[in-house]
Amino acid sequence: MDWFFQQLINGLALGSIYALIALGYTMVYGVLRFINFAHSDVLMLGAFAAYFIAPAAAHLFPPPSYLGALFVMVLAAGICAVIGILIELLAYRPLRDRPKLTVLITAIGVSLFIEFTCQHHAVFGASTKPFPNLLPQHDFRLAGLAVNSTDLVVPLMTVVLLAALWFIVQKTKIGTAMRAVSFNHQAAALMGVSINRVISFTFGLGSALAAIAGILYALKAPGIEPLMGVQPGLRAFIAAVLGGIGNLPGAALGGLVLGLLETFAGGMPAISNYRDGIAFAILILILLFKPAGLLGKTQVEKV
Amino acid sequence: MKRLSYLLAGGACALLLLNGCNKPSDGGGGSGGSGGTIKVGEFASLTGKEATFGASSHEGTQLAIEEINAGGGLLGKKLELLTEDDLSKAGEPATVVNKLISRDGVVAILGEVASSRSLEAAPICQQNKIPMISPSSTNPKVTETGDYIFRVCFIDPFQGTVMANFATKTLKAKKVAVFTDVKSDYSKGLAKYFKEGFAKAGGQITAELDFNGGDKDFKAQLTAIKGSSPDAVFVPAYYTDVALICIQAKQLGLNVPLFGGDGWESDQLVKIGGDAVEGNYFSTHYAPDVATDKVKSFVAAYQKRFQGKTPDAMAALGYDSAMLLADAMKRAGSTDGGKVRDALAATKDFDAVTGKITIDQKRDATKSAVILQVQGGKFKYLETVNP
Repeated sequence: MDWFFQQLINGLALGSIYALIALGYTMVYGVLRFINFAHSDVLMLGAFAAYFIAPAAAHLFPPPSYLGALFVMVLAAGICAVIGILIELLAYRPLRDRPKLTVLITAIGVSLFIEFTCQHHAVFGASTKPFPNLLPQHDFRLAGLAVNSTDLVVPLMTVVLLAALWFIVQKTKIGTAMRAVSFNHQAAALMGVSINRVISFTFGLGSALAAIAGILYALKAPGIEPLMGVQPGLRAFIAAVLGGIGNLPGAALGGLVLGLLETFAGGMPAISNYRDGIAFAILILILLFKPAGLLGKTQVEKV
Repeated sequence: MKRLSYLLAGGACALLLLNGCNKPSDGGGGSGGSGGTIKVGEFASLTGKEATFGASSHEGTQLAIEEINAGGGLLGKKLELLTEDDLSKAGEPATVVNKLISRDGVVAILGEVASSRSLEAAPICQQNKIPMISPSSTNPKVTETGDYIFRVCFIDPFQGTVMANFATKTLKAKKVAVFTDVKSDYSKGLAKYFKEGFAKAGGQITAELDFNGGDKDFKAQLTAIKGSSPDAVFVPAYYTDVALICIQAKQLGLNVPLFGGDGWESDQLVKIGGDAVEGNYFSTHYAPDVATDKVKSFVAAYQKRFQGKTPDAMAALGYDSAMLLADAMKRAGSTDGGKVRDALAATKDFDAVTGKITIDQKRDATKSAVILQVQGGKFKYLETVNP
């Protein structure tokens, strides 16, 4: 039974990181109806931003401290928000009225461009760098269960950010504008909504989320490199689809489900090799029965 | 705004092009022996996941080539080392080794540390009848590729047995769990020979779990390992993964020694792993604090050349691989692939930094192993195991 609960904790900790990344994917999809594949690379840039900010922040807040970590996260999120807005401005905006497939392929191109530029030795270099320990580390022992403080911080952050995101989308003016753009670009524009500003805001917000997810991911596994975003990014994209793409709570739920599936499959001695295979096979099964995802609504395509 | 984006894209393209031209290229494509220099090719993981392996190995090789040239060169000519980076990535070694052989016309190939990547290059060298010496790939399959492929290190059946005996005798472990990187030939091979040796010594394997090199979350598997309550955990993997595994094992309260092979040896292990790797053990090829004359003079020369850095096993083996190649060329009196191959195969008691090298029937080196422990962020010598 210990084994079960320990894996449950491991799975939730892993799943909440996927959930956090999936929120960014799903939000951009909700507004623009396309998958921003560069999201996972913005995540990596967030971790690297923190890597470079941390030594400077150490003067202000001697690490490890929660305040210092928060400071680094806010700064890195700000930097990534700017990067996200720039990516949209330079790569996606010129293609906005082209077929969605064009934008999708461009997104893959942007992703590869960032990955391989960052691997160049003049940028970050391809070798793994030790990520500084920003958060105070505690190991809690509870009746045979081991919980690390980072594993508690991550789900907490995910819940807080999900709530904040929900509040922004549902209760604020810019959120109303986002939903309007999502519903119908042209109609929203006719009603006086500044489409460009709303889309820039969406990308900024999504990229800030990615940065925070990247830092949390790096805190969990403190070795960072330019391709670190690829694996979690892919998982998070699938989590977003699983939850019902475009649906915020769905993305969070999808992330958790995927994290749990992977953890339980990975923890079986005989089949740990097939960890991803098993997790994804179950995903296919779920999507066979619920094609719109766990919380997604089936939409009637008007022709 | 549109114009600006074109401008930026144009600039980026120009940068890429410029960068492409930056690579050192040498005119002519004639065979390495015919010009003023003898061209030796090297491929190494200078960047990427196993970057410190490639960097160390390359520095060792470079030092050897410089020493040979300072001593008057070889066969009346200077040696020229052409190095290619394979980014620690599958697929790259084949590309860069093909380039070294067909475009640069090298007479021999040195490399790589990781067995999977040496295995990629070996068939190409064999096909072109270019002798290849791997400094530190320990998987037996590397030299089994063909009669032009050699190595200057011991092989995993030996290393696996050494660690199995170490587990039973020194660690007094009766039950051991094994955690393997299924993406790496090195890891799979070493795990297999360890299990055989450990079973022979009367030990019991409690759990066998797998991961994929580059994974970041190992807690699922480590929880299962913890559940099998082993006395120790054998992790035959490379340092970036090992460091994360040690950290997460500690977080889960898995308080038994972790131990592994020569894939652990990198200062990055301690930089990433911190306290979590403290007290763990691994086997490797040489220890810089074992004082033979050969080791002392090598360490001194290396520290002089590379700003006081202490050479690790990969550096020592990189040095030995180049020295052995030069020695074989001298004995062959030629840089002809076939003749150098014969001379390499006939190597007996070659005095190398990592011990006496005798090339056996299978073109492997028979040598002793050392076991090191992480103590205070440094690797401390524990014992030497002879074959």
